[in-house]
Amino acid sequence: MKYLKLIRANLFRNKRRTVLTMCSVAAALFLFVTLRSVLTTLDDAKEVGSETRMVTRSAISIVFALPEAYYQWLQTVPGVDNVTWASWFGGVYRDPKDFFATFAVDAETYLPMYPEINVPAQQREAFLAERTAAIVGSGLMERFGWSLNQTISLRSSIYSPSEEWPFTIRAVYEPTNPSFGDENFFFHYDYLYEKSQYAQPGWYIMLLSDPAAAASVAETIDEHYKNSRAATRTETERAFQTGFITMYGNIGFLLNAIGMAVFFAILFVAANTMMMSARERVNEQAVLKTLGFSDGLLFALVMTEAAVITVVGGVLGVATAKLLFGLTGFQGAGFLPGFEIKWSTAVVGLVIAVFLGLISGFVPAWQALRLPISQTLRRVA
Amino acid sequence: MKIPVIYNLRSLRQRPVSTLTTAVGMGLVVLVFIAMMALSRGFRAALVDTGSRENVIVLRKGSDTELVSGIGRNTAQTIAAVPFIARGPEGRPMVSPEVYVLVSLDRLTEGEALVVARGINPEAFEVRKNVEIVEGRMIKPGSPEILIGKSIVDRFANTGIGDKINFASRDWTVVGHFAASGSAFESEIWGENEQFMPAFRGEVFQSVTFRMEDPSAFESIKTSLESDPRLQVDALREYDFYAGQSALLSQILNFAAVFIAGIMAIGAIFGAINTMYAAVGARAPEIAVLLTLGFRPFSVMSSFLLEATMIAVLGGLLGCLFSLPINGIVTSTTNWQSFSEVAFAFRVTPDLLLRGVLFAVVMGFIGGFFPARRAAKQPVVQAARQA
Repeated sequence: MKYLKLIRANLFRNKRRTVLTMCSVAAALFLFVTLRSVLTTLDDAKEVGSETRMVTRSAISIVFALPEAYYQWLQTVPGVDNVTWASWFGGVYRDPKDFFATFAVDAETYLPMYPEINVPAQQREAFLAERTAAIVGSGLMERFGWSLNQTISLRSSIYSPSEEWPFTIRAVYEPTNPSFGDENFFFHYDYLYEKSQYAQPGWYIMLLSDPAAAASVAETIDEHYKNSRAATRTETERAFQTGFITMYGNIGFLLNAIGMAVFFAILFVAANTMMMSARERVNEQAVLKTLGFSDGLLFALVMTEAAVITVVGGVLGVATAKLLFGLTGFQGAGFLPGFEIKWSTAVVGLVIAVFLGLISGFVPAWQALRLPISQTLRRVA
Repeated sequence: MKIPVIYNLRSLRQRPVSTLTTAVGMGLVVLVFIAMMALSRGFRAALVDTGSRENVIVLRKGSDTELVSGIGRNTAQTIAAVPFIARGPEGRPMVSPEVYVLVSLDRLTEGEALVVARGINPEAFEVRKNVEIVEGRMIKPGSPEILIGKSIVDRFANTGIGDKINFASRDWTVVGHFAASGSAFESEIWGENEQFMPAFRGEVFQSVTFRMEDPSAFESIKTSLESDPRLQVDALREYDFYAGQSALLSQILNFAAVFIAGIMAIGAIFGAINTMYAAVGARAPEIAVLLTLGFRPFSVMSSFLLEATMIAVLGGLLGCLFSLPINGIVTSTTNWQSFSEVAFAFRVTPDLLLRGVLFAVVMGFIGGFFPARRAAKQPVVQAARQA
């Protein structure tokens, strides 16, 4: 403990340099935890898919719809408790670039199956009672400045694109799980069908009584429709979600590669600083050695100094990221629902900061350890 | 009077470790910048190269992608009969009504991808100048055969010539591979439209593409097609259509490039400031001598700025060097605007390298400014006394 003062004095010896180095480490760690959080958010998005719900879609691809008649038969499959369906509407509010997800759902059966859509009972009743009503996520309400009971109009990129579709917002949901996303838009499939006259279910969702039956249920369904006009592909909702995430391509590799580059760039900056400050203090170190400081102690002192700089910088960077994204509620324009800097990510960031300190301090610390006293002191003259 | 550049060069060589670490730090920032921009450019180029300025693509009114478009046989025939379509060698109009669907295929690595299956007629190869079969043969009319884009071949199973791929409950035999000069067509599967129609969506095309006889007459062609009440279509220059499909993702990638490289640059600039302050501090007596000799403070400042810039240029060049190996690496992603998988190559172009170096120079200049000013403002007597 008595050496703390010495370390402190060394840190304050060139305040500007210490502060600048801390700031550059902070910038690096800010970036690092931000990029890592993109990955953890995407991983969470895979997890949001439940293991007890299964999704049946067209075997060709998700863009092909399925016949409405499948609903009846799917209910009879052993192991299936409930069935519902949804369709992609491709809703656009003013600017197509302001993307959000719009689903036409069979409300009576859909809502019980998705407890994630957490709505006050009164609003739920109001939504169910009205054909043109919609349930909207709180984040989306905020994004467009909508209010409850407001009537808005969307266009669809799929169903007669030039037509306006009026909706009245009768319910606002707050997702029970942030990864579910608070920027989704749900409305009645009946309304879609009535107005378009050719809508079909895009996919069916089944609730299983026992998740262990997933494989056999999938096989039963896909086998049944194998030679029909619309063959199916059935999997758990989690596998379905994961499939969507993998469509982004190898984003993990890209982000990790950038993370490595950030780490090394800052490592060079920090190592350079540590070497510069050590070089200026060669004489002092020789004097300390003469006074009886051991080699090991000097080594530890330099290492500690380096670690203090990078850890303070790291805390600064991680805290800035945590606060900034927490306060702004950044969601990657709807592509990264539930984006946040997790505590586990923050800890990884700090561990990286410690490593930065130890590696960048190693060369000057080693030099301090090997310092020949007499030669060094002679140079002072 | 100017201080000779050789002075800066020698000073840099005197402290090689400090110079190199600062430069490598900047080099890595430049590398990330170039790599991200190369990704964005590669993606954009793949889509932009897809469309030709001489072609017109016709979609159902209000459709912004082929996926949601639909054009009936009669409409397609009406379009094919318009007078301003160029004629091929055999006198037939160069027009290709096409079926466009997405099929879900499993990647060889992991996960699935939505691959475009395009139903064409033989004229498609006349209309699209950049498409050619590089291996195997053309599909035979009336048979369940397909051609596969070059960039799909290594990434999905059963894509060799003679292999069979199953989609839409049928087996399709691969009879050839085609290239399309790196464009998005290379990520597609092509088959005969008369085969694809019954297999997928029935008697409907998604788009009609034709070559204009006189490309400069596009505006009048557009007007005459869009105002025809029988058709209810939008007509776009094929080039603009594909360029538009790349807008969203290239914007996101450009933003990411600037955001990531910008924050990294802040770190690197702080590093450069440290390095230059150390350089100025260590050379206080030299600076005093320079000032005593009659070099003006402005010259001293320019000299140190130049020195910082030289480190930065070295860093920029290192960054360029690091970035060269990524040129041409093929990757793929889903273009959410069209919902389909597109493979493309990183494109490190000379002007991108130049931008990288310029980016480094800016970092060096900002990093060197305050230390250089400090050097110039140094009180001569005090500085000389330090010696």
